[in-house]
Amino acid sequence: MKKSLKNISILLVNTIVLVTLIQAYRISHESNQEVVQTYQCPMHCEGDKTYTTAKNCPVCNMQLSSTKSKSTAITNNTISETSIFNLTSLWKTEEDKTITLKELKGKTLVVVMIYTSCKSACPRLIADMRNIEAEIPDKKIKSIQFVFVSIDPTTDTPKKLKDFAIENFMDDEQWTFLQGTVSSVREFANVLSVKYKEISPVDFSHSNIISVFDAQGELIHQQEGLGVSNKETIDAILKVTP
Amino acid sequence: MNKQIFRLLLLFLMIQPLLNAQTKDMVIIKGGQYIPLYGKKSTLVKVKDFEMDIYPVSNKDYKNFVKQYPKWQKSKAIKLFADEMYLTNWKNDVQIKDTELDNSPVTYVSWYAAKDYCECQNKRLPTIDEWEYVAMADETTKDARSKPTFNKQILSWYETPKTNENSIGSHPKNAWGVYDLHGLVWEWTLDFNAVLISGESRKDVDNDSNLFCGSASLNATDLMNYAAFMRYAFRGSLKANYSMKNLGFRCVKDIIKKDQ
Repeated sequence: MKKSLKNISILLVNTIVLVTLIQAYRISHESNQEVVQTYQCPMHCEGDKTYTTAKNCPVCNMQLSSTKSKSTAITNNTISETSIFNLTSLWKTEEDKTITLKELKGKTLVVVMIYTSCKSACPRLIADMRNIEAEIPDKKIKSIQFVFVSIDPTTDTPKKLKDFAIENFMDDEQWTFLQGTVSSVREFANVLSVKYKEISPVDFSHSNIISVFDAQGELIHQQEGLGVSNKETIDAILKVTP
Repeated sequence: MNKQIFRLLLLFLMIQPLLNAQTKDMVIIKGGQYIPLYGKKSTLVKVKDFEMDIYPVSNKDYKNFVKQYPKWQKSKAIKLFADEMYLTNWKNDVQIKDTELDNSPVTYVSWYAAKDYCECQNKRLPTIDEWEYVAMADETTKDARSKPTFNKQILSWYETPKTNENSIGSHPKNAWGVYDLHGLVWEWTLDFNAVLISGESRKDVDNDSNLFCGSASLNATDLMNYAAFMRYAFRGSLKANYSMKNLGFRCVKDIIKKDQ
């Protein structure tokens, strides 16, 4: 009887310690979020410079506005509301690594949605991507990531994507292939305004769009259709890539 | 002995609401096959069993949601996920305008918001096929598409303005027990961006084969079904960040079989 009482008291102490720890963690977490709260000139006089107090802009003297705490998942306040890095879904690369899109931040992104078993437009889209890549000076390639997002996440496993990359001589650092989920691919397609429909388990109908994002994940250019000139797309890429 | 049976019965009665709690305000839709308006000619589309909300999401439901998930409040929703019309009929972050009703369907919500709402309830948005499958039903028949009166009824609603200001559940339910698929608001579907019709109306006659890979195989199967044609055209014109007056949503849920 005494023993069980002792056990209970140990359990009780343990519970109290645990609750306190959780509380402490939550408090520290909340205060972390407060730090994120920043203010910025609505006219962006000093670019993306932010302040921690709501004073006036030293350049135009306008009252600084809150940059909003945004989604709680965002701790880095340098991305804007329209950046694709606001998407929090998880992706698998052809190297079987799990990433969020935000991990691609810092490079210009050239993005296209394809599926590897496609026989009609995809080879041409891939050729377009390769042609664009070939036009980029070597010293800039390091700052650009060419991303293929599969619209057939059930078939296009990391292994399948890796095989596809090797087969098409696109296995270097600058090429990335992503597998998502049915839901995250729909969401991503919506961000790119890409439409697609499964016609049969192996065939998809989809829009042919190559999208360019700057290093902050802002959409800056879209090339629509097949067999169109890549010139504008290349210009857009060069313009935003240092 | 009798006492024991009585106790068991009592226990059962106590547990039952708990079992049902999960599927409150949802009905089971028995899957099947149907020929949708768009698809390969005479190709039957399979729809699996699923559960569907019997009502569209109301303003009141959405108020509770934004209280729990402040990132979807009017002033906090980010531009990528909602355009400037988002919750424009709300007074502030937590209240609708005085002219709006708690029991009206929530509108001015983007696809991202609708999708997240459903996922936060452990549900999801219905696919176009699931939605259309249930929406074929009138009050008595599960596929009423061949009845001329059914089509006419839907079309007459499409002509009626401001139906979004009405209350949910005021029309009779359909044969599945689902309310307001027609007659109140249009609804978001998970794969609305699977409708491949190009935006320019004159081009719709001819598929733009350069813009869409494989689109030539997609044709309307039932040109008489003008109401459905309007729905597909509407979906084809949407973008996921659009928030519109007459566009709401409801959620569905997959049925997970216990033996799997």
